[in-house]
Amino acid sequence: MKGYIGIDVGSVSTNVVFMDEDGIVRDPIYLRTQGQPITAVQKGLRKLRESMPPGVKIRGVGTTGSGRSLAGIIVRADAIKNEITAHAVASSTLVPGVQTILEIGGQDSKIIILRSGVVSDFSMNNVCAAGTGSFLDQQAARLNIPIEEFGEIALKSKTPVGIAGRCAVFAESDMIHKQQMGCDLSDILAGLCEALVRNYLNNLGKGKEILSPVVFQGGVAANMGMVRAFEKALRLPIQVPTYYNVMGAVGAALLAREAVAKKGQSQFKGFLVSDTEYKAGSFECSGCANQCEVVEIAEGGIIIARWGDRCGKWGNVINQKEKIS
Amino acid sequence: MRATFPHMGNLYISIKAMLQYLGVDVVIPPPSSKKTLALGVKYSPEFACLPLKLNLGNFIEARELGADTIIMAGGCGPCRFGYYAQIEHAILKDLGYEMELIVLEPPERHASELMVKIRHISGSRSWWQVYQAVRFGFQKARTVDDLEMNVFYTRPRELTQGNADAAYQEALKLIDLASNPAELKESRSKAAMIMKRVAMDEKKPVLKVGVIGEIYTLLDPFSNQDIERRLGSLGVEVNRSIYLSEWINDHIFLGLAKGLRSKKEACSAAHPYLRHFVGGHGQETVGSAVNYARAGYDGLIQVFPFTCMPEIVAESILPVMSKDYSIPVLTLIMDEHTGEAGLMTRLEAFVDLLDRRKTVKEAL
Repeated sequence: MKGYIGIDVGSVSTNVVFMDEDGIVRDPIYLRTQGQPITAVQKGLRKLRESMPPGVKIRGVGTTGSGRSLAGIIVRADAIKNEITAHAVASSTLVPGVQTILEIGGQDSKIIILRSGVVSDFSMNNVCAAGTGSFLDQQAARLNIPIEEFGEIALKSKTPVGIAGRCAVFAESDMIHKQQMGCDLSDILAGLCEALVRNYLNNLGKGKEILSPVVFQGGVAANMGMVRAFEKALRLPIQVPTYYNVMGAVGAALLAREAVAKKGQSQFKGFLVSDTEYKAGSFECSGCANQCEVVEIAEGGIIIARWGDRCGKWGNVINQKEKIS
Repeated sequence: MRATFPHMGNLYISIKAMLQYLGVDVVIPPPSSKKTLALGVKYSPEFACLPLKLNLGNFIEARELGADTIIMAGGCGPCRFGYYAQIEHAILKDLGYEMELIVLEPPERHASELMVKIRHISGSRSWWQVYQAVRFGFQKARTVDDLEMNVFYTRPRELTQGNADAAYQEALKLIDLASNPAELKESRSKAAMIMKRVAMDEKKPVLKVGVIGEIYTLLDPFSNQDIERRLGSLGVEVNRSIYLSEWINDHIFLGLAKGLRSKKEACSAAHPYLRHFVGGHGQETVGSAVNYARAGYDGLIQVFPFTCMPEIVAESILPVMSKDYSIPVLTLIMDEHTGEAGLMTRLEAFVDLLDRRKTVKEAL
C-alpha cells in the first residue's frame, strides 16, 4: 500500500491522517497538542506507524495548522500550507460541489466560500475569539458537564433563552444571570449556541453569500447544538463530514499528493523522525529595541531552522534556500 | 528647543530634513518597537486606536533622549486623530513630562498658513529659507516614495531572499544622510544603483495587490506587521493607495505639485458607492479600491487600526464593490496583538486564492 501523510498542528489538537492513493482516509489520529508541538508530531507519527500494516510506502507528507512550519521542518514536508487552503481542498474533495465551509476550531473560526471548486472568499476571526471551541470548553467546565455531552443536552431544549453573543465576557454574565433566574440548563446551552452562531455570522459571514451545500467542520462540529443553531439561522441543511475534526490533515495529505506529483519524489525523512531528538531553544536578540524572541530548532545539535525575528537577520541565514511558506 | 515628532514609517526622513535644514535641534524617537508599544499601551485609554498608543510611546522615548517640544499634526474630525495631539499632551503632563506642544493644523485655504507655523518653530529664519526647507523635506519624501515603489517591484522578483530588503535599507540610509538638495540628488542616483544590483527574475509571474486603508497603518510597517515585506516574500507586487508625498501634496500644499496621484482622483472613483467625506481616508479607500480593480489588480488588502470609524464605513461598502468588479478583498485589523502566525495564515490563504483564480482565468 502507498499513500500520503497529512499533519495538522493546531493550537489545541494535533491531527495525523494517512490517505491511500485512491484518496481513502485511514487511521485518523487526534491528539492534544498540549503546548508541545514537536512531541505531538512525533507521537502522532509513532501511533500511525504502529497502526499501519508492514510494507506501507509513504509517497509524501504535508503539514498545516499554526504549527505547520515547525512540523514541516521536522518531517521535511513536501507541502507546507495554511489551514484555510488545506480545509478548502479537503472539503471540495470529500464533499464535491461544496459552496460554503463553516469551520470552528479551538482558537479560531473561519468561513470559506467556494465557487466551482475554487476558493472565492474567506474570512477568519480577527480581534475576537468569542464563539470558538475554547470558550465552549470553558463554559462546559464551569457548568461541570463534559464537553462531549454539551450538544446532546442543548438539543433537548424547546425554548432557547436569549444570550448576548457579541462578547464572550458578556455572554458569560448573561448565562449566569439566566441560570440564577432558574432557567433550564438545556435552554441556556441552546441559547449559547444560538448566540455564538449569531456572533459567527455577523463577524465572519457579513457580506458573504452563504449557499448550499454547507459543510461544518472543525472540532466544534461535534457539538450537535451548534449544528442545529446553524441550521436554524441559515435555514439550510448543514453537512458534517465523517472526518470533520481532521479535515485540515486530510487537506495537507491532498496537497502533499499534488506537490509530489509536480516534483516527482518526496523529501520525507521517514518514521525515524519520531525517535530523533529535536530541541527547540530560543534567545532574545539584542540587536534593537524589538528584542525579538528568536526560536531555533536543532536536530542532533545542528540548527535546522530559525524564526521569530522581525528583521530577518537570523532567519534569512538558515532559511535562504528553503523558503518557509 | 529640542523638537521631536511621532514616527509613521519613513516620515522621519523628510521631517528631519526639513527641520535640520532650518537649524532646529531634532530628536528622532527610537524606531517604533515592542517597547514603544508597551509604553503607549500602558498610558493610553484602552479604547484609543493603535496610532495614539504608538505616538505616545514615541514621545516618551524621545523625552528620555532629551526632547522638550512635540510637533504633532492636527485635524478636524470626524476621525478622532484631530484631537490626539491634545490628549497625548495631557497624558504626558499627568505623567510629569512637561513638554511644549506645537500642533500643525492642516491649512484650510493656502499652504502659507503652515509656513507661518514652521517659521515660528525655526525662530527667526527668513521666508525664503522656510520655503527652501519645506521644499527639501518634500523632495526627500518623493525620493523615499520612489525607493519604496522600487522595492515593491524588486521584492517578489529577487533571486535570493532578503537581498531586496538589504539593498532598500542601505539606500534609505543614504537618502536620510543627505543634508542638502545637491547631496540628495547624488544619493538618489546612488540609491537607484544599489537597487539595480539586486538580482531579479524579471520574467517571473507575480500577483499584483493594492493595499488600501488608513494612512498610519498603511505607511508604518511596525503597525501593520510588515505586511508589504511579507507579501513581497510570498511573490506579490504591492502598490499602496497612499504615499507620503501624495499626502503632503494633497493636504499641505493643497495640490500645488503636479504629476502625483491626487485625493480627488480617488474620491471621484468612490462616487457610485460613497459620495460623502466620512473622515480619515474612508472615501479614498473605496475610490482607490475601484481604481486598482480597473487597473487590473488581482486583489486588494484593506488595513486599519481596530475601532477606526472611517475605515469601518469603507469596510462595509467594499463587499458590494468587490462583487461589481469581481476582485477579492481581505480586511486586516491592526491592534496590540503581534502574533505573526495568524497574519501569515491569512496572507498566505489570500495569495493562494488569488493564484488559483488567476490560473483558472488564464486557462479559459
